[in-house]
Amino acid sequence: MLLGVTVINFIIIKLAPGNPVDMFIDPNTPPELLEAKKEMLGLNSPFYEQYWQWLRNLLHGDFGYSFSSYAPVSKMIGDRLGPTLLLAFTALAAGLLIAIPIGVFSAVKHNSKFDYLMTGLSFIGTSIPQFFLGLGVIYLFALKLKLLPTGGMKDLTGSGGALDTLYHLVLPAGVLAVAVVGKKIRYVRASMLDVLKQDYLRTARAKGVREFIVTNKHALRNALLPIITVFGMEIPLLLGGSILIEQIFQWPGIGQLTMQSILSRDYPILMALNLVAAVVVLATNLLIDILYSIADPRIKYS
Amino acid sequence: MKTLTPIGAEPARAPLLRIERLKTYYPIRRGVLGRTVGQVKAVDDVTLDIYPGETIGLVGESGCGKSSFGRTIIRLEEPREGTIRFGQEDITRYSERRMRPLRRKLQMIFQDPYSSLNPRMRVNEILTEPLLAHGAADRRTVPQRVDRLLDMVGLPRSSRSRYPHEFSGGQRQRIGIARALSLQPELIVCDEPVSALDMSIQAQILNLLKDLQQELKLTYVFVAHGLDAVRYISDRIAVMYLGKIVELGDTRSLFEAPKHPYTRILLNANPIPDPRQRARDRIVIEGEMPSPANPPSGCRFHTRCPYAQARCRQEEPPLTGGSHSVACHYPLD
Amino acid sequence: MKRGGPLNATELSWPSPANNADPDAEVVQESAESYFKQVSARFARNKPAVIGLAITLFLILVALLAPLLIPHSPYAVTAFFSAPPSGEHWLGTDQVGRDVWSRLIMASRVSLLVGFSTVAIYVSLGTLIGLVSAYVGGWLDMIVMRITDMFMAFPFLMVILVVVSALGASLQTIICVLALFSWPTVARLVRSSVLSLKQLDYVKAGRALGLSAPRIVFRHLLPNAMGPIIVNATFGIANAILSEAGLSFLGMGVPPPTASWGNMLSDAQSLTVLTDQPWLWVPAGSMLLITVLAINFVGDGLRDALDPKE
Repeated sequence: MLLGVTVINFIIIKLAPGNPVDMFIDPNTPPELLEAKKEMLGLNSPFYEQYWQWLRNLLHGDFGYSFSSYAPVSKMIGDRLGPTLLLAFTALAAGLLIAIPIGVFSAVKHNSKFDYLMTGLSFIGTSIPQFFLGLGVIYLFALKLKLLPTGGMKDLTGSGGALDTLYHLVLPAGVLAVAVVGKKIRYVRASMLDVLKQDYLRTARAKGVREFIVTNKHALRNALLPIITVFGMEIPLLLGGSILIEQIFQWPGIGQLTMQSILSRDYPILMALNLVAAVVVLATNLLIDILYSIADPRIKYS
Repeated sequence: MKTLTPIGAEPARAPLLRIERLKTYYPIRRGVLGRTVGQVKAVDDVTLDIYPGETIGLVGESGCGKSSFGRTIIRLEEPREGTIRFGQEDITRYSERRMRPLRRKLQMIFQDPYSSLNPRMRVNEILTEPLLAHGAADRRTVPQRVDRLLDMVGLPRSSRSRYPHEFSGGQRQRIGIARALSLQPELIVCDEPVSALDMSIQAQILNLLKDLQQELKLTYVFVAHGLDAVRYISDRIAVMYLGKIVELGDTRSLFEAPKHPYTRILLNANPIPDPRQRARDRIVIEGEMPSPANPPSGCRFHTRCPYAQARCRQEEPPLTGGSHSVACHYPLD
Repeated sequence: MKRGGPLNATELSWPSPANNADPDAEVVQESAESYFKQVSARFARNKPAVIGLAITLFLILVALLAPLLIPHSPYAVTAFFSAPPSGEHWLGTDQVGRDVWSRLIMASRVSLLVGFSTVAIYVSLGTLIGLVSAYVGGWLDMIVMRITDMFMAFPFLMVILVVVSALGASLQTIICVLALFSWPTVARLVRSSVLSLKQLDYVKAGRALGLSAPRIVFRHLLPNAMGPIIVNATFGIANAILSEAGLSFLGMGVPPPTASWGNMLSDAQSLTVLTDQPWLWVPAGSMLLITVLAINFVGDGLRDALDPKE
């Protein structure tokens, strides 16, 4: 599976017309030297040999070295992975915490004014381009109201610390969360509605269980199952979306590194980035499966 | 063009369909990888000859394998073992492509008149499609054929331009029958064709099937769990239990003198219109039907049989006894 | 209704209109109402969807008539850089002095072209692959599913960025790359609906009637699997438009000087533009929002109309 991902990855990257040597070396360098440099970086060997070499190194935990900075790729990615995961999971958690109560409430009071309003807002949330929203919130909260910083992860002057990071996290994570919330409100609402119609809830009500408990204990528990899965499916999208957000908010994460590496045609980093991203996606899929089997006692993995 | 059957030849005793030791198993898949963890033995070693012009009824509780049997003999399900012979041809292992010409002769009427008709097609298309697919009629004569089919099943000719959802259940079943008839088949497997319908409409459809059989010299394999319908329409009846035929005989003798305890129980479970018969020695059926994935040893009915003895638990009884045969060590008299 | 022409013997032996006539009293007397009519009636009852459809059609019209609606060439440079809106330049001029209104209108062509052609490509590809995979089954199905898994393991925007940068940004590249990474979803969708349709009796009836495999697939399975495909395609248009805008925003999309809403926003990344020159970024962003919103409303309306649950 992952092997397939790496092959596709490699093919894509090798399709690129430019090569890093031509881009970074002084055009006056004698051609013999250029050739030597290419040879050194392994750019002259045939395609499959390059792939094989890369794969072999990978198995030893070696992602290679950046073409442009000569730093080990694993270190460069390692430095950037933390901020991106922080951003993505904050957005996911915020999305969950906002979407579930709203969705549940919309379902309980379906066809009320609140329900219509929330449905409308959720449509806007899914339809608004993240970078437009990002620019909008920077304009409003950072430039006009001067409440929050326009970007970065830490104050340039301040010593930093968790609080400072959190302060910088609000806008980018908020923007990412909007898309999650927009998509999920309707989903939570729909799966709650399905569950609320079931007979066992009528039974619970008939037994005199209070409505609040009916909703939150009996219904939500059963609606939760599909909800978990669908939230998990957001993770690849969040990783992708973080590229735009990191660019706007100058968040020092994977997204920025991707952009830089694309611009400098830094193959080793790009290959590793796609691989890491694929691993994250596959790992979340597995996690969802496991969560699913915990939430639903009927599913067992033998 | 020569006719295949010489006029005046002995028509009856050469079977139209000859089924020997037929087995249909379905794999049970579990887990992420879909590993096969067991087999549902839906049809397990069934031998049966079906003669031209007769109606053979298949009865049993749901899950006994009667529908699977019906579908397997016209190759809608893959047989695991055994042979199916249609006339002179062994069709057991025919590919889908080789089966196609034979499909004209072996047709099926489905249980659910709602899911058996494509909701996006008008009646006209539903009836025309098989004709054109088999080149059984050219475009010029097709409209006449459709009219005739609608006449035969008692639907107005104006029905042709309508969609299935515009019809009632009984009418839809008539469309399904017309579709099965469109290719002028020799044998039709009727898979519980009336059990989804109201009582009053059941009788109409049964009458229609009977009339059509006489007029078109059809052979029916009639699968049902409603005994009244089967009794009304069948010449012979096969009682199935857990994938096996436990009793096979003429309708009259099977109903009047059932030999297998299971048949007796089935008959008793059926509400009898005549109150004088009711009090007669009732046997109450106990327990649930065992899983066809893991059938009991010996006689499969022994777990529920009121007369079961030690021998029944170990030894499997064969189906014996000529025209009214039974698979039981201790048949009733 | 007998028109001439010889009837063969078997036909003659068929019974005449017998007394089999249907005494079934409950004849449903409705005019022949096609599926399409029912769906459009349900769609028409959904107000946001109808409004969304109207806006979408209007935008398509604008895109088609774009050259007639622009007062200036979208590429012509005037003497005024970043000029605020005026009678001459309704939405002002951009940083190199081009008319923002004209660029905004012309950009609608890019967005809609990307949206519709991407979806047209990947939906047909995905549908075909899904249909064949589900109908044939077995090892072919397994291989296809593994391939879709592989494609779906890539984070969408990230891999697209890399591929586009590798191939060189252009309108065609963007359309092809977006399509290349979008078909697996459709293939899976089609596959799962075909697998469930395959269990229905009318598909079995098709086999029993000896219809050919392509006929069953295209006449019986596909039309009945169409609903979810159409819904997915509609949302897909909105997503493709957003993706193109995102790529252009990052400078990896439609290359300048061609105007696209994404690359127009891209210029707003400086703080001065953001604070002092809102005409440079608000109109393009709003157009994107309106377009995507309208299409999403249509998709939602279609979903409800095609799959009425309540």
